[in-house]
Amino acid sequence: MKRPATYIDSVHRDGRIWNIGVMMALLLFPIVVALIFGASPDWKALALGLVATAPMYWAVGAIEAITFTPMLGAGGSYLSFVTGNISNLKLPCAINALEQNDASVNTEEGEIISTIAIATSSIVTTIIIIIGVICIVPLTPILEAPVLAPAFEQMLPALFGGLGVAFVSKNWKIAVAPVLLMLVLFIFVPALNAGTVGIMVPVSVVFTIVVSRILYTKGAL
Amino acid sequence: MKFSINHPILFVLVGLLVALVLGQSVWFLVKALRRAKAIGMDPKKLRKTMKTAAVFTIAPAVAIVISVIALAKSLGLPLPWLRLSVVGSLSYETIAAENAVSAMGLSLGKIAELNASQYVTVTLVMTISIMMGIWLVPVIGKRLLGGMSSLKNRDEKWADTLQNAMFIGMISAFLGYVFCDFSRLWSPGDYSPTSGLIPVCVLVVAALVMVLCGLLMKKFKWLGDYALPISLVAGMASAIPITAWLS
Repeated sequence: MKRPATYIDSVHRDGRIWNIGVMMALLLFPIVVALIFGASPDWKALALGLVATAPMYWAVGAIEAITFTPMLGAGGSYLSFVTGNISNLKLPCAINALEQNDASVNTEEGEIISTIAIATSSIVTTIIIIIGVICIVPLTPILEAPVLAPAFEQMLPALFGGLGVAFVSKNWKIAVAPVLLMLVLFIFVPALNAGTVGIMVPVSVVFTIVVSRILYTKGAL
Repeated sequence: MKFSINHPILFVLVGLLVALVLGQSVWFLVKALRRAKAIGMDPKKLRKTMKTAAVFTIAPAVAIVISVIALAKSLGLPLPWLRLSVVGSLSYETIAAENAVSAMGLSLGKIAELNASQYVTVTLVMTISIMMGIWLVPVIGKRLLGGMSSLKNRDEKWADTLQNAMFIGMISAFLGYVFCDFSRLWSPGDYSPTSGLIPVCVLVVAALVMVLCGLLMKKFKWLGDYALPISLVAGMASAIPITAWLS
């Protein structure tokens, strides 16, 4: 007998419909622009541009989907992979909400909390960008003021300083090894920088899981 | 029709797409809130979650607006508005646009204005190159999360540890990244040796503010809800004098 559909099943159904729908709408945009203005793409440049860009970002996208989905929960994943800015906004937002409510994303309650946090964050982001677009003329000199530039340049250190202290202190046993490994790697390997931190996230996640598993089986947690 | 990178039709098309994405967020928010009510979750908890998420989002969202302004100079306003409202980030969009533009023998920032054909080419490269997550989650998401919840049923303690390990792994990578210019202290170059300490100092300030919020929240309960946004903004503000001092 078929089991009745649960809340999670319906989240997956809606998520699939929305994501595939949004993907088609996004692809339609350049096609509609081409039709309206009677222009065709520069096929050679399109092929060259795709060869230079797509393989790397497809690989990164695949790894991100596998790494982030179990942390974001179902609703959170469908939303985050459409609205973007996952590691610098959506995931910290979800982690913070789950921690404040003392919930795990693997439970229905955690799934709901993660979805609410990410949906709220997405809505606020979209609205702030709309305000920015409408007020671009008066806002540009303020937001591009040289005095403010360092504040926005250092957003990630400020974000992970707060998040790090909250999370590492609660899970210090499993955090010591990955934090030390990442510090050594980033300090002594010159190739590791802002451009490559995305690649190091899955490396660090896998390493931390292995360390945790060893500690767990030894009964040290 | 004569093309321009800021043509009103582009604003209308992008506006529709942004409305669609906003619609998806509202859809999932309403769905989650309804389910929360049905299973009897505390409405106060949910309101607090929404408030914290909204306040926390403001500073990163303003940073995204700055990215839109930066890209609008060469791509017009509608395209960066769309690209940064959906998947992507300043670094990704800049690389994708640069790759497409240089394939046409041009250079981003030096072009007066793209024509329609160039615009369509750049948009296609940007859109197709970052499609992966949008369709891969619908394909693998259910199986992946199903595996996680069956693990939770088999061994709850390990499932929770695994979840924390994933968060810690991700946070560790970014903590490492904060130290990526630390070696400037002993490797001479075209920069101030102490400039690599700027992100480290900002991290320390944000961490201290977080600890302070934790200590004070026993007296002021609301501080606990807003500790992360407060430490984020305090860290960012401290970057202004710290940068002036160390660079």
